[in-house]
Amino acid sequence: MIKARVTVTLKNGVLDPQGKAIEHALGGLGFDGVGQVRQGKVFDIELDGTDKAKAENELKAMCDKLLANTVIENYSVSFV
Amino acid sequence: MKTAVVLLPGLNRDRDMIAALTKISGTAPATVWQTDTEIPDVDLIAIPGGFSFGDYLRCGAIAARSPVMRAVAEKAAKGVMVVGVCNGFQILVEAGLLPGALMRNASLKFVCREVKLQVANANTAFTRGYQPNQIIRCPVAHHDGNYFADADTLARIEGEGRVVFRYAEDTNPNGSINDIAGIINDKGNVLGLMPHPENLIEAAHGGNDGRALFEGALGIAA
Repeated sequence: MIKARVTVTLKNGVLDPQGKAIEHALGGLGFDGVGQVRQGKVFDIELDGTDKAKAENELKAMCDKLLANTVIENYSVSFV
Repeated sequence: MKTAVVLLPGLNRDRDMIAALTKISGTAPATVWQTDTEIPDVDLIAIPGGFSFGDYLRCGAIAARSPVMRAVAEKAAKGVMVVGVCNGFQILVEAGLLPGALMRNASLKFVCREVKLQVANANTAFTRGYQPNQIIRCPVAHHDGNYFADADTLARIEGEGRVVFRYAEDTNPNGSINDIAGIINDKGNVLGLMPHPENLIEAAHGGNDGRALFEGALGIAA
């Protein structure tokens, strides 16, 4: 079995009001020196088989079709 | 005139849409469920508002991949009129039937209030009952109505007159780019908008500013 991690983040230039709110909240908790905060999503996905190249292609297709909205989001795939 | 309303788990404005279409068209709409793969022959398909699939992943993302939406896309390709309101708009952009994306409101707050809309393009089947640049009232109720599109897409839809409704008189409730409240596809038969015209169609609603949208789509003279 292959264990993969897909990370979805907002593209540069796309406003992230939730990240902004988190940034302010961290400042409010006394964490100094916090720069920009961007919120994203992480998916841990288990796949049958052992062929990582095939799995990577499949995971990218999953991102394009569902996990990410490529209008506003980038994604990356890694194996754990 | 025949209409159909798409039903999905988690929608909650479906009965409002059914009531509005029944009153305006004179006939109760057909209803199609998320697993249906065929939609009867109708003049207008409406996707109502709500929180389909609990807004999991992204608003409208799961619904956009449901079997019934493939059927909606086939009908849209054949020229059938389609309107998506609120979550219905989110579903249409997630399904790729309209460009752009709808993001969390800039205020991060759910907004439930009345806004003013400018009819930015009165030359569509949906808006032919309005005057160009007419300002109408319309209620909104959403958490993710902040329209976004990349610069090229934005320039294209603006240049093609595909921004059909804009928030007017400083009532933009969500930070939407260019005050965009509703857009139409390039063929002019698929409209998505965040406000709820189905909730302002008769005196009992306190006004009927939304009625002309459905009358226009159905070709009913006001």
